Amino acid sequence: MPTVQKDIINKLQKDILAWQGFSAPTIAKANSIGLGPLEAAFPNGVFPTGTIHEMLCYNLTNTAATCGLLSGLVAALMAQGGTCIWIGTSRKLYPSALNAFGVDAARFIFIDVQRERDILWVMEEALKCEGLAAVVAEIREVSFAQSRRLQLAVESSKVTGFLLRTDPKKLSATTCMARWQVTPLPSELEGQMPGVGLPRWQVDLLRVRNGTPGSWQLAWTGDSFLSLDEQLHQHTFSTTRQVG
Amino acid sequence: MQKRFVSLWFRHLLTDWLTLRQPELQQVPFVVAAPERNRIIITATNLLAQQHGITTGMASADAKAVIPGLKVIDHLPEKVDQLLYRLGEWCIRYSPLIALDPPYGLIMDVSGCTHLWGGEQQYLDHLLNRFRTKGYDVQGAMADTVGAAWAVAHFGKADAIIAPNQHIEALLTLPPAALRLDQVSLERLRKLGFYTVKSFVSIKRTALRRRFGNDFLLRIDQAVGTVDEPLQVIHPIEAYHERLPSLEPIRTAEGIEIAIKTLLQNLCERLRDEGKGLRTAVLKCYRIDGGIVGAHIGTNRASNNTTHLFKLFALKIDSIEPALGIELFTLDAYKIEEVPQDQEVLWASDSCELESNDLAELLDRLGNKIGTENIKRYLPYESYWPERAIKKATSLTEKPATTWRTGRPRPSILLPCPEPIQVMFKLPDDPPVTFIYKGERHEVKKADDAERIECEWWQSKRPHRDYYVVEDNEGRRYWLFRSGHYTDEGAKWYIHGVFA
Repeated sequence: MPTVQKDIINKLQKDILAWQGFSAPTIAKANSIGLGPLEAAFPNGVFPTGTIHEMLCYNLTNTAATCGLLSGLVAALMAQGGTCIWIGTSRKLYPSALNAFGVDAARFIFIDVQRERDILWVMEEALKCEGLAAVVAEIREVSFAQSRRLQLAVESSKVTGFLLRTDPKKLSATTCMARWQVTPLPSELEGQMPGVGLPRWQVDLLRVRNGTPGSWQLAWTGDSFLSLDEQLHQHTFSTTRQVG
Repeated sequence: MQKRFVSLWFRHLLTDWLTLRQPELQQVPFVVAAPERNRIIITATNLLAQQHGITTGMASADAKAVIPGLKVIDHLPEKVDQLLYRLGEWCIRYSPLIALDPPYGLIMDVSGCTHLWGGEQQYLDHLLNRFRTKGYDVQGAMADTVGAAWAVAHFGKADAIIAPNQHIEALLTLPPAALRLDQVSLERLRKLGFYTVKSFVSIKRTALRRRFGNDFLLRIDQAVGTVDEPLQVIHPIEAYHERLPSLEPIRTAEGIEIAIKTLLQNLCERLRDEGKGLRTAVLKCYRIDGGIVGAHIGTNRASNNTTHLFKLFALKIDSIEPALGIELFTLDAYKIEEVPQDQEVLWASDSCELESNDLAELLDRLGNKIGTENIKRYLPYESYWPERAIKKATSLTEKPATTWRTGRPRPSILLPCPEPIQVMFKLPDDPPVTFIYKGERHEVKKADDAERIECEWWQSKRPHRDYYVVEDNEGRRYWLFRSGHYTDEGAKWYIHGVFA
């Protein structure tokens, strides 16, 4: 393809993104979440904050892996301060584990709702509160209209919301920014050492609005994410990270 | 705080006042008398008349026989009460809590007031001298209890200050009348030969109760301080209460909204002036059919923000059933706290911290709809036992007393209670080779060494747990434990959590 046409297409893509509300990121904000090559899947190559993400948690191990990834993401979102609100009907997240992902669990507020239908109301109220780092809700079912309401709430407040979808049968189209699926991968220790190593996940982005879905492998090193795909291709990447 | 009370006794209240009004009375003995059962009985005397042996209760004819030309002034009904009330109001400059002690006394709660005058002695001197220079004959005393202060003011040495916790010794030498006993008891005590408090106070309570009744013991307890004596202060601190009657019965949601807004505006105006905010408020709606419906709100932080409080009530308007109509709305704020003065911050951070007002208001809204007990925050707790390693924070701003434990890994998901699993192991002290959980077989590929966690001995005598982090063939990581020692009979395996 001639370069002129490529430039035109790039420019058009940028324009479309701008009209859809994705402003080009400033340099300071770029790469702030630390997900490595996975961030390239998102528009402009930046993890989108101030929108709703959807994460599929069908079973216990899935949920645990998702909680791990989410804790790491929230840690990055809470680096600038703020609190996180976690809504659910049967919450099993263990606050003591959050410390390993660099989050102070004392800055989490857990809201245990008795009825499933209150979750959306609580989430919408929380999303309207400006300055919160993240709002997480464990929910079975969200209709398209309900997800649109949530999207409208975050557009003015710029809070990042996460929906943990716990029922695979109730999956439907939503306005969410991205749909994630996290599954645990066998851990590895260097030099065939015995024992269980760092948490590793297969992160699938099943759907990304204006982005490119794909599949990545990530590990948590204790203070940051480590991209395993990149490690395979670029050996220099891991030298800058500390394993521990 | 150590309670301190002052009792004042105006011995010639009415005559002193008359002397102030008519200075020519200063040099002559005079009495105030009122007709009673066809006799003129003296109700008050001045000091000069008293020195001639004239007392209250004497017939005025008898008194005139003692002092020829004694001036008798007609009694002024209710003047004494008025006078006492006015003196009480004047005393508010010395303490906010003043109670009347009819007929001729005042009781002041001076706890925490005296240092403003440089000490208790200076305080009492200042107070009494102000009255004396004005022309009132007053006696006062300060003590730990109302009863003791009263006793010393009336029967002890003048202007006495009983040091803290010394009031019982001070009472012992006083006559029984110092305990404010009724006339019958006093008479009986006199007949029995008890002339001082000391002589009967050490008698067994059952014996005293049998002879003198419960009131007698109550008076002793009040003087000693074992029983609290409530004061009826003349200017009680007003309750935070607002009323709004309606001309026409209100039946619509808009009407109720307007009523709540009006009530809140009035209440918040007062709260703002006093620098206070409410933590709980109760709205009551009196219906014309006699029923009372209402709503109750609570806040995480004292608030006097009308809009915010109205939002909390707005969530509950649906539950208010007006039926035939509501004729009266009342709003009570039962829990009031100081509102910290918000300082204007020049570079306020955008993020919503735990201390921020936005978060507190959000949680108020959520808590009033789904219940505040469902909103939780966890702090680390000094315990290795996983269920007890976290504790619920009591308030939004409570700081962790200890740090989060970092040594061994903890699972992202902790099951509400450990679930039993079937295991197979090669060596009894090793992690299992396979385990079956919910009908699914997991082959353990990797495992960490055991972490032994014992329950604190003062909590319960449960067996210790040996925790293992294991990873199965699909890379799923679990937290398993064996309850008890492997040689024990009841040693069982459980799954307790799932790692990320």
